[in-house]
Parts: sequence; structure tokens; C-alpha cells
Amino acid sequence: MSEVWTTDFLTAVLAAAIPAGTAILFACLGELLAERAGVLNLGVEGMMLMGALGGFAFCYWTDSAWIGAIGALAAGAAMATIHAVLTVSLRANQVVSGLALTLFGTGLSSYLGRNLVGKPAPDRFSDLAIPVLHEIPGLGRILFDQDALVYISFVLVPLLWLWVYRTRQGLELRAVGERPEAADAMGLSVTGLRYAYVIVGGALAGLGGAAISLGTNPGWTEGMTAGRGWIAVALVIFAGWNPARAALGAYLFGGVEAAQFRLQSIGIGVSPFFLNMLPYLFTILVLVLATGEAARRRIGAPAALGRPYLREERG
Amino acid sequence: MSELRITRRTVLGGFGAAAVTAILPRGGRVLAQEGEPLKIAFVYVGPIGDLGWTWAHDQGRLAIEEAFPNVETSYLESVPENPSDAERVIRDFAQKGNKIIFTTSFGYMDPTINVAKDFPDTVFIHISGYKTAENVGTGFGKIEEPRYVAGQIAGKMAATGQLGYVAAFPIPEVIRGINAFTLGVRSTNPEAVVKVVWTNTWFDPQKERQAAEALLDGGAEVIAQHQDTPGPMQAAQDRGKYGVGYNADMSSYAPEAVLTCPIWNWAAFYIPTVQAVIDGTWESSQYWGGWQDGVVDLSPIGPMVPEDVKAAAEAEIELFKKGEKTIFTIFSGPLKDQNGEERVAAGVEMTDQEILNMDWFVEGVEGEIPS
Repeated sequence: MSEVWTTDFLTAVLAAAIPAGTAILFACLGELLAERAGVLNLGVEGMMLMGALGGFAFCYWTDSAWIGAIGALAAGAAMATIHAVLTVSLRANQVVSGLALTLFGTGLSSYLGRNLVGKPAPDRFSDLAIPVLHEIPGLGRILFDQDALVYISFVLVPLLWLWVYRTRQGLELRAVGERPEAADAMGLSVTGLRYAYVIVGGALAGLGGAAISLGTNPGWTEGMTAGRGWIAVALVIFAGWNPARAALGAYLFGGVEAAQFRLQSIGIGVSPFFLNMLPYLFTILVLVLATGEAARRRIGAPAALGRPYLREERG
Repeated sequence: MSELRITRRTVLGGFGAAAVTAILPRGGRVLAQEGEPLKIAFVYVGPIGDLGWTWAHDQGRLAIEEAFPNVETSYLESVPENPSDAERVIRDFAQKGNKIIFTTSFGYMDPTINVAKDFPDTVFIHISGYKTAENVGTGFGKIEEPRYVAGQIAGKMAATGQLGYVAAFPIPEVIRGINAFTLGVRSTNPEAVVKVVWTNTWFDPQKERQAAEALLDGGAEVIAQHQDTPGPMQAAQDRGKYGVGYNADMSSYAPEAVLTCPIWNWAAFYIPTVQAVIDGTWESSQYWGGWQDGVVDLSPIGPMVPEDVKAAAEAEIELFKKGEKTIFTIFSGPLKDQNGEERVAAGVEMTDQEILNMDWFVEGVEGEIPS
């Protein structure tokens, strides 16, 4: 066991946990925004796949990973727009619409991506050591020797936290998700805000896909997100709809993934099944602890989550 | 969520309703029945765009369409291996009048056998399993032969004698691949060790990459894989190390890293099988083809491999292609297990069954087989 508690080992695990968690983190932050506005989006997996494809495709055509990232945002946003139209304007069942979009995104991305399979990536987000900072022992390798999308996520997490909890817009967002009637009475456009946050959320899911197709695994292969969209949905609950805790959850997941292989390679037999189960176990624990209305409030579930808003029902 | 999609492709539409009979110029063998095209279906475990296992099978399907004018093939991707889903899909294909159904993953074994009982006139070919019936044959290839030669190249490229192997599941198919690779490595680098980590997934790009990074952190110079995505090759490239891919030529994803890849050429098995069904000569059998039969191969050896190493590998490849070397010469004694105990005595060859059921690592492999 002594090999585990060395700085080298822990540094290696943490440095690997962050890129592994970043794709999930973007998707989780996006889902968090949509749910804060009261819209459950189970289409995250499909949006991530479309983002992964869109990101790689635009990068392939333009030789620029940055244009690729914009393509990923656009692809995710386009998918989310469908979800917004269905659930906000047409008041369709959010669960059904989300599941349909996951199936749709999976199928559409493999259809559209057919000719991109096996194509080399002309550009990608490579690790970018930040001058001076990356030389800090331990911490430097963990935090300051990552790719550009990881740095963007570092900035995004505190920004979103401030947005949600410390700004007027954040208050409006929470109002729409908690008491849409009250928000409407305040003169806020419930429909408009829900559209905006669902679409921004989808764009972030798309960027999460690009964190794979332009970051850790440059290129396009069908189904390359391998279920990470679902983990993101589960992590939103684990995070209690709080961006900072979303980051914690995503890195925890990445850390479990990174640690299990390193433990194996130094001959420590922790069952991989057990480790694979951990993130889900945490989520289930949170869900169990969160049963009952009072506890539900405490962990922060938006009260109007999953409920379409219809002005006539106000009251 | 996995995706289900049916795509049906009819080649040469002119052969449709016009009821054309295709006849070989010599011998007068009837290639296909008159009228209705012969319908052939494929059940895939992954997406065909994975550039991996399923992609390789789909190349076989396309080769069938190319070779036979009056066939119609269809397929279903990402079919779960659980009994209920798999059986429903296979039964559906049988009911739609498919005369040959290829089920291309180990987990489809029992569902295939179950459905086959109800459709005695349909031929079922199950890939990688061991159960057969009157109308169910099995097919697999000795991918261990190219893995062995890939190991010989990898052994030469690993200066420090440390190699890593990203492995999917601890099943005999994967274990004997690791063993064949390791025996190849140690034939050119006798002191080398191959460290194994298990991912417990066939297909997860990020996770496979993580597993490779853990091995690279541990000092591995070459990463081999029994996985379906190029994630491990990309990890090797980013660290300036080498890799041995699998299933298909993965060099486009990591051109500076990929030394070579053991690959499948299912057409070499599929086309004769379809021909035999058309001729009415097909009988249930357990096909296990090797390099000699063309069903397995190595992708082109990368430019980073020195000329002498490449020449030695090419000489070895010739021996396998001629059948002078086979999987049995790879697994012939003396063989020791990873604890140094002799498992196969000098001069003794392992039998088919011993190779197919291998559940121990040869000397030189580092890692545990979870029970």
C-alpha cells in the first residue's frame, strides 16, 4: 500500500482525473442550468455525441480546434432547441422528449459521421503548460499542465456559481425553476428564460462532447461518449444543483477512473466493478437521503423541475 | 442507451424483380436462387463506425455484397448482449426470411441457439462461441498469430523491456491474446515484461486512454490493446511511445505511435460460407481460421520500425502464411506460467481445447486474472 500514498502516485491520479472529468463537467453544468430553470433534459448523451461530432467535423473542415469548439456548441444548442420547443412551447413530457433526443442524437451522429470515422484530426486541444505556474511541485502538473478546454472549465465553474447565487439573473433563473407563477407575476418571461437556459445547457453538453473528440481522444468514433451524458445527469443530483459541487463530482468520477488503473498496475486488487459502481452509489445515496419534501428542498432540487408551465394554471 | 437502427441495402437493383439467375461461366454452378435475392442478416454488438470489431465484421458484409450479385444484406448495430434483446433481434431477422444470420459477439451464443431451434431452414453462424446445432455453425480466427508477430516487433521497440497491455475482460479470448503477444515479445527481448490492466469494457475511448496512461506512467514503452477504440494508441502517441492496435489499422489516429495492428479479414470466412449455403453443401462446423486462411492479418508495419526488425517480422509473417508456423507452434512447450511453474513440457503442443480455454498467464506477464 505504501506505493499509493506517495506524492507521485497521488499527483498522477489527480492530474489524470481532471481531463477525464472535464467532458462530464461541461455536460453536468449545462444540465444544471436547464434543471435550475425547471426543465429536465435527459437528452444530454445525444447532445454530447452531436457535440463530439460537430466539434470534430468543424475542426476537420477548418483545421482549427477553436472553430471546432464553436461547432460543438452550435450542435449541442441545435439539439437543445428541439427539446425547448417540445417541452417549453408544446409542453410535451420532458422525460419522453429527452429520451427521444438521446436516441435521435446517437443515431444522427453515427449517420452524419459515417465519412469521418478514422479521419486524422488536423488540430486538437493539446496540453498547454502555463508558464511559471506549471512548475509548482505537484499542483503545477495537476492544474496548470492541461488543455485549453480544461482551463475554460476552471473559469466557468466559479463564474456559474456567482451567476446562479450572486446575480440578479441567477435569482431570476432560480425563480423560474422554483415558482414559475411568481416569476411570471414579477414580469419575467418564463418561456424565454427556459428557452435560453435549455439551449445554453445543450451547448455546454456539446462542448463536453468536444472535450473528448478534440481533447482526450481526437477523432470521431460512433458512440464515443460511452454513456457519460447519463453520468452527468446523475451528477447534477449529487451536486445538489450547485456548480462547485458539480466540479467536485465530475473530478471524483474522473479520479475513480484514473485511480483504478493505477492501482491495478501496481498490483493492488481493488475490484474494478466496485470502483466503477462508486459514482452511481454516491448518487443513489444522495437520492436516498433526499427523499421527502423537506430533504428535497435541502439538497436544492428546483421545485418546478419537470413541470411544464402554463399561465392559465397560475394560482 | 444504445441505438438500434436497421439499414437495408440492395445491391444492383436490376437483379430485383427481374428474376435474373446468375451463373458462373464455368462449372455452371448456380450462384443464387432464381428470383428472390438471398437474404443475409448481421447482428452487431457495437456501431459499425467504431473502426473496431464491428467495423471489421461490416467489411465482411460489404465483401459479401461485392462477391454475390443476388444477395440482400441487412444489419442491426449495438444490439445488447442480454438474452431478451438479442433473442428478439435474431428472431425478427429469421422471421423476415433471412436465410443466413451472422451473430457476431460471444454474448449472442445462447440466443442464437434458441432461435435456431425454431427456424431449421435458416443457417446461423455464431462468432466466437462454442455451441453448435444442426443449423448453427461457429466461426473464429487465430488472431493470436498476428499478435505474436506484433509482439516480436514490440519487443524490439521496447528498449527498457517494459510493455503494457490494455485488456477488456478476463476471458480466455483476451488471456490467450495477451499470452501470444508476450511470447512474441520475449522471443525478441527475453527479459521483457508485459503489464496488464483490465478496463471491463470493450468500447470506451476515454477509459481505454486512462488505462494506457496508467501503464505509461508506470514506465511502459509500448502499449498493446485488446480494446475496440484507438484511445490507448492516442495515449501512447502523446507520450512519444509506441503502440500495437487491434481490429483495424488504427495508424490514422496515432501515426507516430502505431507499430502495427492485428486485424480481422472476415470476408475470408464469410464468402466461402455464403457460397456453401448457396451450393447446398453447407454443414454445421466450428471454423477456426488462421493466417494461412487469410482471416487474420497484420496491418502495414509503421515507418518507425527499423529495417532489420521489419525484415525479421516479414520473414516470420511468411512462415505463418505458409502454415509452417501456427498458433500451435506459438503455444508449444516449454511454457511456464507467471509464477515460473512449468505448464507445458518441452516438445508438447497445447491442444485446441487447452488454447481455447486458457485461464493462466505465461511467464513475463505482470497482472492478475480476477476470478
